[in-house]
Amino acid sequence: MAQVVVVTSGKGGVGKTTTTAALGAALAQSGQRVAVVDFDVGLRNLDLVLGAERRVVYDLIYVAQGNVKLSQALIRDKRLETLYLLAASQTRDKDALTDEGVEKVMSELRSSFDWIICDSPAGIERGATLAMRHADVAVVVTNPEVSSVRDSDRIVGLLDAKTDKAARGERMEKHLLLTRYDPVRAGRGDMLNVDDVIDILSLPLLGIIPESEEVLRASNLGSPVTISNPKSPPARAYGDAAQRLMGADVPMVFPTDRSGLFGKLFGRRAA
Amino acid sequence: MNWFMPFGRRKSASVARERLQILLTHERGAEDHEDLIPILREEVLAAVTKHVLVDVDKVQVKIERGKAVSLLEIDIELPCDAKPAKRCAAARRTARSQRIAVQQAH
Repeated sequence: MAQVVVVTSGKGGVGKTTTTAALGAALAQSGQRVAVVDFDVGLRNLDLVLGAERRVVYDLIYVAQGNVKLSQALIRDKRLETLYLLAASQTRDKDALTDEGVEKVMSELRSSFDWIICDSPAGIERGATLAMRHADVAVVVTNPEVSSVRDSDRIVGLLDAKTDKAARGERMEKHLLLTRYDPVRAGRGDMLNVDDVIDILSLPLLGIIPESEEVLRASNLGSPVTISNPKSPPARAYGDAAQRLMGADVPMVFPTDRSGLFGKLFGRRAA
Repeated sequence: MNWFMPFGRRKSASVARERLQILLTHERGAEDHEDLIPILREEVLAAVTKHVLVDVDKVQVKIERGKAVSLLEIDIELPCDAKPAKRCAAARRTARSQRIAVQQAH
Protein backbone atom coordinates (compact mmCIF):
# COMPACT_ATOMS: atom_id res chain seq x y z
CA MET A 1 0.00 0.00 0.00
CA ALA A 2 1.23 3.49 -0.82
CA GLN A 3 2.70 5.57 1.96
CA VAL A 4 2.38 9.34 1.85
CA VAL A 5 5.23 11.08 3.69
CA VAL A 6 5.33 14.80 4.41
CA VAL A 7 8.73 16.39 4.92
CA THR A 8 8.08 19.42 7.08
CA SER A 9 9.77 21.73 9.59
CA GLY A 10 8.06 25.08 10.09
CA LYS A 11 11.33 26.95 9.76
CA GLY A 12 12.85 27.54 6.35
CA GLY A 13 16.35 26.59 5.29
CA VAL A 14 16.73 23.57 7.55
CA GLY A 15 16.92 21.02 4.72
CA LYS A 16 13.39 19.96 3.75
CA THR A 17 14.03 19.98 0.02
CA THR A 18 17.45 18.35 0.37
CA THR A 19 15.83 15.70 2.57
CA THR A 20 12.92 15.11 0.18
CA ALA A 21 15.35 14.59 -2.71
CA ALA A 22 17.74 12.39 -0.72
CA LEU A 23 15.05 10.20 0.90
CA GLY A 24 13.18 9.91 -2.41
CA ALA A 25 16.34 8.86 -4.23
CA ALA A 26 17.37 6.46 -1.45
CA LEU A 27 13.95 4.75 -1.54
CA ALA A 28 14.11 4.55 -5.34
CA GLN A 29 17.64 3.11 -5.09
CA SER A 30 16.05 0.32 -3.02
CA GLY A 31 13.71 -0.43 -5.91
CA GLN A 32 10.65 1.39 -4.54
CA ARG A 33 8.42 3.39 -6.87
CA VAL A 34 8.66 6.96 -5.59
CA ALA A 35 7.00 10.27 -6.47
CA VAL A 36 8.41 13.42 -4.90
CA VAL A 37 5.93 16.30 -4.89
CA ASP A 38 6.89 19.95 -4.43
CA PHE A 39 4.19 21.87 -2.53
CA ASP A 40 6.16 25.11 -2.39
CA VAL A 41 4.05 27.02 -4.92
CA GLY A 42 5.83 30.16 -6.09
CA LEU A 43 9.20 29.13 -4.69
CA ARG A 44 9.78 25.73 -6.22
CA ASN A 45 13.23 24.25 -5.75
CA LEU A 46 12.88 20.50 -5.66
CA ASP A 47 13.29 20.44 -9.46
CA LEU A 48 16.60 22.27 -9.10
CA VAL A 49 17.93 20.03 -6.34
CA LEU A 50 17.03 16.99 -8.47
CA GLY A 51 18.62 18.50 -11.59
CA ALA A 52 15.31 18.49 -13.50
CA GLU A 53 14.72 22.25 -13.69
CA ARG A 54 14.89 22.37 -17.48
CA ARG A 55 12.46 19.50 -17.94
CA VAL A 56 9.47 20.99 -16.10
CA VAL A 57 6.58 21.62 -18.48
CA TYR A 58 3.48 20.96 -16.37
CA ASP A 59 3.22 21.15 -12.60
CA LEU A 60 1.07 20.20 -9.62
CA ILE A 61 -1.46 22.98 -10.25
CA TYR A 62 -2.04 21.92 -13.88
CA VAL A 63 -2.87 18.40 -12.66
CA ALA A 64 -4.89 19.58 -9.65
CA GLN A 65 -7.02 21.76 -11.90
CA GLY A 66 -7.52 18.92 -14.35
CA ASN A 67 -5.80 20.69 -17.24
CA VAL A 68 -3.36 17.85 -17.90
CA LYS A 69 -3.11 14.21 -16.95
CA LEU A 70 -0.88 13.22 -14.04
CA SER A 71 1.31 11.19 -16.40
CA GLN A 72 2.01 14.32 -18.48
CA ALA A 73 3.27 16.26 -15.47
CA LEU A 74 5.37 13.55 -13.81
CA ILE A 75 9.05 13.90 -14.66
CA ARG A 76 11.03 10.70 -14.57
CA ASP A 77 14.51 10.94 -13.09
CA LYS A 78 17.32 10.32 -15.58
CA ARG A 79 19.40 8.27 -13.13
CA LEU A 80 16.76 6.30 -11.22
CA GLU A 81 13.97 4.89 -13.29
CA THR A 82 11.53 4.48 -10.37
CA LEU A 83 11.90 8.09 -9.16
CA TYR A 84 9.42 10.71 -10.41
CA LEU A 85 9.02 14.41 -9.71
CA LEU A 86 5.83 16.45 -9.65
CA ALA A 87 7.03 20.06 -9.64
CA ALA A 88 5.38 23.06 -8.01
CA SER A 89 4.26 26.02 -10.06
CA GLN A 90 6.74 28.88 -10.15
CA THR A 91 4.44 31.52 -11.52
CA ARG A 92 0.88 30.87 -10.51
CA ASP A 93 -0.99 32.13 -7.50
CA LYS A 94 -0.78 29.73 -4.58
CA ASP A 95 -4.54 29.96 -4.09
CA ALA A 96 -4.87 28.12 -7.40
CA LEU A 97 -4.17 24.95 -5.43
CA THR A 98 -7.51 23.77 -4.02
CA ASP A 99 -8.19 21.14 -1.36
CA GLU A 100 -10.21 19.07 -3.82
CA GLY A 101 -7.53 19.32 -6.50
CA VAL A 102 -4.80 18.14 -4.14
CA GLU A 103 -6.99 15.30 -2.89
CA LYS A 104 -7.54 14.11 -6.45
CA VAL A 105 -3.81 14.21 -7.27
CA MET A 106 -2.86 12.39 -4.07
CA SER A 107 -5.36 9.60 -4.60
CA GLU A 108 -4.11 9.15 -8.17
CA LEU A 109 -0.50 9.07 -6.98
CA ARG A 110 -1.41 6.51 -4.31
CA SER A 111 -2.60 4.10 -6.95
CA SER A 112 0.67 4.12 -8.92
CA PHE A 113 3.48 4.58 -6.37
CA ASP A 114 4.84 2.92 -3.24
CA TRP A 115 5.94 6.22 -1.74
CA ILE A 116 4.71 9.77 -2.21
CA ILE A 117 7.00 12.29 -0.56
CA CYS A 118 5.57 15.77 -0.13
CA ASP A 119 8.05 18.61 0.23
CA SER A 120 6.32 21.17 2.43
CA PRO A 121 6.87 24.92 2.15
CA ALA A 122 8.20 26.66 5.25
CA GLY A 123 5.74 28.31 7.60
CA ILE A 124 2.42 27.21 9.06
CA GLU A 125 0.17 28.69 6.39
CA ARG A 126 -2.09 26.96 3.91
CA GLY A 127 0.72 25.57 1.73
CA ALA A 128 2.20 23.75 4.71
CA THR A 129 -1.15 22.39 5.89
CA LEU A 130 -2.02 21.26 2.33
CA ALA A 131 1.28 19.38 2.12
CA MET A 132 0.61 17.52 5.38
CA ARG A 133 -3.15 16.98 4.93
CA HIS A 134 -2.97 13.56 3.26
CA ALA A 135 0.16 12.25 4.95
CA ASP A 136 0.42 8.88 6.68
CA VAL A 137 3.86 9.65 8.06
CA ALA A 138 5.63 12.92 8.87
CA VAL A 139 9.36 13.55 8.79
CA VAL A 140 10.06 16.62 10.94
CA VAL A 141 13.35 18.13 9.79
CA THR A 142 15.09 20.00 12.60
CA ASN A 143 18.44 21.74 13.02
CA PRO A 144 20.03 21.68 16.50
CA GLU A 145 19.19 25.34 16.97
CA VAL A 146 16.55 27.04 19.16
CA SER A 147 14.37 28.61 16.45
CA SER A 148 14.24 25.40 14.44
CA VAL A 149 13.32 23.30 17.48
CA ARG A 150 10.58 25.73 18.49
CA ASP A 151 9.10 25.77 14.98
CA SER A 152 9.24 21.97 14.78
CA ASP A 153 7.22 21.85 17.99
CA ARG A 154 4.55 24.05 16.38
CA ILE A 155 4.50 21.79 13.34
CA VAL A 156 4.02 18.73 15.56
CA GLY A 157 0.94 20.47 16.98
CA LEU A 158 -0.40 21.06 13.46
CA LEU A 159 0.27 17.46 12.43
CA ASP A 160 -1.91 16.34 15.33
CA ALA A 161 -4.67 18.80 14.45
CA LYS A 162 -4.83 19.66 10.76
CA THR A 163 -4.36 16.37 8.95
CA ASP A 164 -6.89 13.89 7.60
CA LYS A 165 -5.41 11.27 9.89
CA ALA A 166 -5.97 13.47 12.95
CA ALA A 167 -9.51 14.24 11.77
CA ARG A 168 -10.21 10.49 11.63
CA GLY A 169 -8.97 10.23 15.21
CA GLU A 170 -5.88 8.29 14.18
CA ARG A 171 -2.39 8.98 15.41
CA MET A 172 -0.05 10.61 12.95
CA GLU A 173 3.27 8.78 12.79
CA LYS A 174 5.99 11.39 13.27
CA HIS A 175 9.75 11.09 13.01
CA LEU A 176 12.55 13.47 13.85
CA LEU A 177 15.30 13.96 11.30
CA LEU A 178 18.12 16.01 12.78
CA THR A 179 20.07 17.77 10.04
CA ARG A 180 23.24 19.89 9.89
CA TYR A 181 24.49 18.19 13.03
CA ASP A 182 28.03 19.10 14.00
CA PRO A 183 29.39 16.55 16.49
CA VAL A 184 32.39 18.72 17.36
CA ARG A 185 30.28 21.68 18.44
CA ALA A 186 27.73 19.44 20.17
CA GLY A 187 30.60 17.70 21.99
CA ARG A 188 31.92 21.07 23.18
CA GLY A 189 28.48 22.02 24.48
CA ASP A 190 28.12 24.77 21.90
CA MET A 191 25.27 23.08 20.03
CA LEU A 192 22.18 21.23 21.24
CA ASN A 193 23.02 17.54 21.12
CA VAL A 194 20.91 14.67 19.79
CA ASP A 195 19.48 13.76 23.21
CA ASP A 196 18.57 17.39 23.95
CA VAL A 197 16.48 17.66 20.79
CA ILE A 198 14.83 14.26 21.26
CA ASP A 199 13.98 15.14 24.88
CA ILE A 200 12.51 18.50 23.98
CA LEU A 201 10.44 17.38 20.99
CA SER A 202 9.60 13.85 22.25
CA LEU A 203 9.78 12.39 18.76
CA PRO A 204 11.40 9.12 17.70
CA LEU A 205 14.63 9.63 15.79
CA LEU A 206 14.67 8.72 12.10
CA GLY A 207 18.24 9.81 11.50
CA ILE A 208 21.04 12.27 12.13
CA ILE A 209 22.46 13.97 9.06
CA PRO A 210 25.89 15.37 9.81
CA GLU A 211 26.87 18.83 8.60
CA SER A 212 28.80 18.14 5.43
CA GLU A 213 30.12 19.94 2.37
CA GLU A 214 28.78 17.00 0.36
CA VAL A 215 25.22 18.30 0.83
CA LEU A 216 25.99 21.65 -0.82
CA ARG A 217 28.04 19.92 -3.49
CA ALA A 218 25.08 17.66 -4.28
CA SER A 219 22.68 20.57 -4.72
CA ASN A 220 25.28 22.40 -6.86
CA LEU A 221 25.31 19.35 -9.12
CA GLY A 222 21.54 18.86 -9.11
CA SER A 223 21.92 15.37 -7.76
CA PRO A 224 20.61 13.96 -4.47
CA VAL A 225 23.53 13.27 -2.13
CA THR A 226 22.69 9.55 -2.08
CA ILE A 227 23.50 9.52 -5.83
CA SER A 228 26.29 12.11 -6.05
CA ASN A 229 28.42 10.54 -3.31
CA PRO A 230 26.74 7.42 -1.91
CA LYS A 231 29.63 6.65 0.46
CA SER A 232 29.67 10.07 2.14
CA PRO A 233 28.40 10.31 5.74
CA PRO A 234 25.24 12.31 4.86
CA ALA A 235 24.38 9.88 2.03
CA ARG A 236 24.76 6.91 4.37
CA ALA A 237 22.67 8.66 7.01
CA TYR A 238 19.90 9.35 4.46
CA GLY A 239 20.13 5.78 3.17
CA ASP A 240 19.71 4.43 6.71
CA ALA A 241 16.79 6.80 7.35
CA ALA A 242 15.08 5.52 4.18
CA GLN A 243 15.57 1.93 5.34
CA ARG A 244 13.99 2.83 8.70
CA LEU A 245 11.02 4.38 6.89
CA MET A 246 10.62 1.03 5.13
CA GLY A 247 10.50 -0.62 8.54
CA ALA A 248 14.06 -1.99 8.71
CA ASP A 249 15.80 -2.03 12.07
CA VAL A 250 19.01 -0.19 11.18
CA PRO A 251 21.38 0.75 14.02
CA MET A 252 21.65 4.51 14.49
CA VAL A 253 25.06 5.93 13.59
CA PHE A 254 25.92 8.91 15.75
CA PRO A 255 28.22 11.26 13.86
CA THR A 256 31.51 11.64 15.68
CA ASP A 257 34.49 13.91 15.43
CA ARG A 258 36.93 11.66 13.61
CA SER A 259 39.63 14.31 13.48
CA GLY A 260 40.90 14.05 17.04
CA LEU A 261 41.87 11.37 19.51
CA PHE A 262 38.96 12.34 21.76
CA GLY A 263 36.44 11.65 19.02
CA LYS A 264 38.04 8.36 18.13
CA LEU A 265 38.02 7.23 21.75
CA PHE A 266 34.56 8.43 22.69
CA GLY A 267 32.71 8.27 19.41
CA ARG A 268 29.68 6.13 19.99
CA ARG A 269 27.46 3.92 17.93
CA ALA A 270 23.99 3.16 19.11
CA ALA A 271 22.92 -0.39 19.73
CA MET B 1 26.33 17.97 31.40
CA ASN B 2 28.01 20.70 33.42
CA TRP B 3 25.90 23.77 33.74
CA PHE B 4 28.65 25.88 35.15
CA MET B 5 32.11 25.51 33.80
CA PRO B 6 35.10 25.72 36.14
CA PHE B 7 36.23 29.00 34.61
CA GLY B 8 32.95 30.80 34.51
CA ARG B 9 31.28 30.47 31.10
CA ARG B 10 28.23 28.31 30.95
CA LYS B 11 27.92 26.23 27.81
CA SER B 12 25.46 27.75 25.38
CA ALA B 13 23.77 24.44 24.50
CA SER B 14 22.54 23.97 28.08
CA VAL B 15 21.19 27.52 28.08
CA ALA B 16 19.41 26.75 24.79
CA ARG B 17 17.92 23.55 26.16
CA GLU B 18 16.65 25.21 29.31
CA ARG B 19 15.13 28.17 27.42
CA LEU B 20 13.39 25.83 24.99
CA GLN B 21 12.00 23.62 27.73
CA ILE B 22 10.45 26.59 29.51
CA LEU B 23 9.16 28.19 26.32
CA LEU B 24 7.65 25.06 24.82
CA THR B 25 5.95 24.03 28.05
CA HIS B 26 4.26 27.41 27.99
CA GLU B 27 3.39 27.35 24.27
CA ARG B 28 2.02 23.82 24.37
CA GLY B 29 -0.16 24.86 27.30
CA ALA B 30 -1.47 27.84 25.36
CA GLU B 31 -2.48 25.61 22.47
CA ASP B 32 -4.32 23.23 24.77
CA HIS B 33 -6.25 26.09 26.35
CA GLU B 34 -7.85 27.09 23.07
CA ASP B 35 -10.38 24.29 23.38
CA LEU B 36 -10.47 24.07 27.16
CA ILE B 37 -13.45 26.32 27.84
CA PRO B 38 -15.94 24.74 25.40
CA ILE B 39 -14.86 21.25 26.49
CA LEU B 40 -15.21 22.04 30.20
CA ARG B 41 -18.54 23.73 29.61
CA GLU B 42 -19.93 20.69 27.85
CA GLU B 43 -18.61 18.18 30.36
CA VAL B 44 -19.67 20.14 33.42
CA LEU B 45 -23.11 20.61 31.91
CA ALA B 46 -23.36 16.89 31.21
CA ALA B 47 -22.38 16.04 34.78
CA VAL B 48 -24.85 18.48 36.30
CA THR B 49 -27.78 17.56 34.07
CA LYS B 50 -27.48 13.97 35.24
CA HIS B 51 -28.86 15.16 38.56
CA VAL B 52 -30.51 18.52 37.97
CA LEU B 53 -32.16 20.04 34.94
CA VAL B 54 -30.42 23.29 34.14
CA ASP B 55 -30.75 25.87 31.41
CA VAL B 56 -27.83 25.61 28.97
CA ASP B 57 -27.57 29.39 28.83
CA LYS B 58 -27.17 29.63 32.59
CA VAL B 59 -23.80 27.90 32.60
CA GLN B 60 -20.79 30.20 32.49
CA VAL B 61 -17.22 28.99 32.28
CA LYS B 62 -14.31 31.36 32.25
CA ILE B 63 -10.62 31.36 32.96
CA GLU B 64 -8.74 34.29 34.39
CA ARG B 65 -5.04 33.90 33.81
CA GLY B 66 -2.68 35.34 36.37
CA LYS B 67 1.07 35.19 36.65
CA ALA B 68 1.35 32.49 39.27
CA VAL B 69 -2.21 31.20 39.50
CA SER B 70 -5.08 31.02 37.07
CA LEU B 71 -8.68 31.01 38.21
CA LEU B 72 -11.18 28.69 36.62
CA GLU B 73 -14.66 29.97 37.35
CA ILE B 74 -17.78 27.90 36.73
CA ASP B 75 -21.15 29.51 37.41
CA ILE B 76 -24.24 27.37 37.16
CA GLU B 77 -27.56 28.92 37.92
CA LEU B 78 -29.98 26.33 39.21
CA PRO B 79 -33.70 26.94 38.82
CA CYS B 80 -35.68 26.46 42.03
CA ASP B 81 -37.99 23.98 40.32
CA ALA B 82 -34.99 21.91 39.38
CA LYS B 83 -35.50 18.16 39.53
CA PRO B 84 -35.37 16.23 41.74
CA ALA B 85 -37.60 18.58 43.68
CA LYS B 86 -36.41 17.73 47.18
CA ARG B 87 -32.94 18.94 46.35
CA CYS B 88 -34.21 22.32 45.28
CA ALA B 89 -33.97 24.07 48.61
CA ALA B 90 -30.47 22.79 49.22
CA ALA B 91 -29.47 23.81 45.73
CA ARG B 92 -30.73 27.33 46.26
CA ARG B 93 -28.85 27.63 49.51
CA THR B 94 -25.47 26.38 48.44
CA ALA B 95 -25.09 26.19 44.72
CA ARG B 96 -26.13 29.52 43.34
CA SER B 97 -22.58 29.96 42.36
CA GLN B 98 -19.72 27.57 42.61
CA ARG B 99 -16.17 28.63 42.30
CA ILE B 100 -13.28 26.38 41.76
CA ALA B 101 -9.79 27.72 41.77
CA VAL B 102 -7.32 25.66 39.89
CA GLN B 103 -3.68 26.03 40.63
CA GLN B 104 -1.71 26.00 37.46
CA ALA B 105 1.98 25.89 36.99
CA HIS B 106 3.25 28.63 34.73
